[in-house]
Amino acid sequence: MIDHQTQTKPPIISAEDLCIFYGNFRAVKNVDMKIVPNQITAIIGPSGCGKSTVLRSFNRMNDFIPNCHVTGKITFHGHNIYDEDVDPVQVRQKIGMVFQKPNPFPKSIFDNVAWGLKINGMKGDLSEPVEQALKQAALWDEVKDHLKKSGLSLSGGQQQRLCIARALAVKPDIILMDEPCSALDPIATLKIEDLMRELSKDYTIIIVTHNMQQAARASDYTAFFTMDSDRAGVMVEYGETSHIFTNPQDKRTEDYITGRYG
Amino acid sequence: MTREVLTQQIKKLLDEVLLLGSMVEQATFNAIATLKNRDIHAARQVYDDDQTINEKRFAIENAIIITIATQQPMARDLRTLAAILEIITELERMGDYAKGIAKVTMRLGDAELPIPIREIEQMGELGLGMLHRALSAFVNEDARTASKIPAEDDAVDALYNEIYSELVNEMIADPRLIESINLLLWVVHNLERLADRVTNICERTVFITTGELMEMDTADEEENE
Repeated sequence: MIDHQTQTKPPIISAEDLCIFYGNFRAVKNVDMKIVPNQITAIIGPSGCGKSTVLRSFNRMNDFIPNCHVTGKITFHGHNIYDEDVDPVQVRQKIGMVFQKPNPFPKSIFDNVAWGLKINGMKGDLSEPVEQALKQAALWDEVKDHLKKSGLSLSGGQQQRLCIARALAVKPDIILMDEPCSALDPIATLKIEDLMRELSKDYTIIIVTHNMQQAARASDYTAFFTMDSDRAGVMVEYGETSHIFTNPQDKRTEDYITGRYG
Repeated sequence: MTREVLTQQIKKLLDEVLLLGSMVEQATFNAIATLKNRDIHAARQVYDDDQTINEKRFAIENAIIITIATQQPMARDLRTLAAILEIITELERMGDYAKGIAKVTMRLGDAELPIPIREIEQMGELGLGMLHRALSAFVNEDARTASKIPAEDDAVDALYNEIYSELVNEMIADPRLIESINLLLWVVHNLERLADRVTNICERTVFITTGELMEMDTADEEENE
């Protein structure tokens, strides 16, 4: 694995010899990856290379998949998030997730954002934190006059930004995005990319994308994963996006990003 | 093999670079011949033909922009296209040098003066030989050959210095020749610059292969620019 990272900043989260299994099948093997804070890190690679599996391991979303288990470590704020004494709900509060398909709850716009706050015990008037989150998600101006309307009444791009607002409301440190634009049109996609750049001032973003141009446009760091001969996903190369897309060092990376894969 | 369209477009662009290169080689060769033969008519032709070189350069540049916009090349493909953009600029400037030599032939008319034509031809042969091999190395992505060519510029520089001294001495000996010899100094200057620009082409060949942009020889370029 080639790691070009020269950042001296301590990582906000890091994977160390991470292997992820579905039953006996090792889906991802030996990933070492340090995520730089307040940067956008893109994970790219062909289908089946384990990139979404790795992303989900960063906030223990894989816990919901039967027979899925991990070995190795994922260290966040100095703790292995897979230690027995760690509450996965708290992990997910600090490491939020936005999914491929916008998934607003069948509730009002306001309630969608307030939901996370309520389950975290916040009571009383939630107007301010909801407004704050909607502003951060660049949605406020479009919805401020009809916060009681259903979240499902919004367009696809707006729904995705609503989901981002919902994730932001609980003040996470990291936002994981699993192909957040794959269901959106090009304009809505560019809006999300602009939003990611804005959010990276306050949050760390890790995004899985099938769209290489999106990774090149929107990320600071890129990790390329592929499938090894035993069908396990491996990280081939990781470094600054500007470097990966102009002068990758591994032939597999070169073949993939120039479109000559397979 | 995927990316067939991009691969074909790059191949076609490389062929176009070779074609532009051969136009420049021919123009330079012809320009020196016009000086040797004091052929004003042929010089006018070289002068006018430079327009074709300029048009070819713009056509290639336009094709590259379209390729980048439509194919979104990355990594080596992107480096190749960026290198071609640089190289066609170098070639177009070399074409201007040939045009400049042809212009000297026209301005000299049939004025009587001693022209060190053998040495000038020799400079041209050395420079054009470097150019020809540099372009071959470029299209073949042969960084090894490309990295050796710039050293040959020393021989061109040595000839330049030799002819320069010779012409300046002539000027001192017969001040009536100052204007004509000054024009000849431009001829050798142009040939010296042509060889310098070959170095830039070689740098791009190395860039495509390694991803590293490094200067191979700049000392005399800066002095003579």
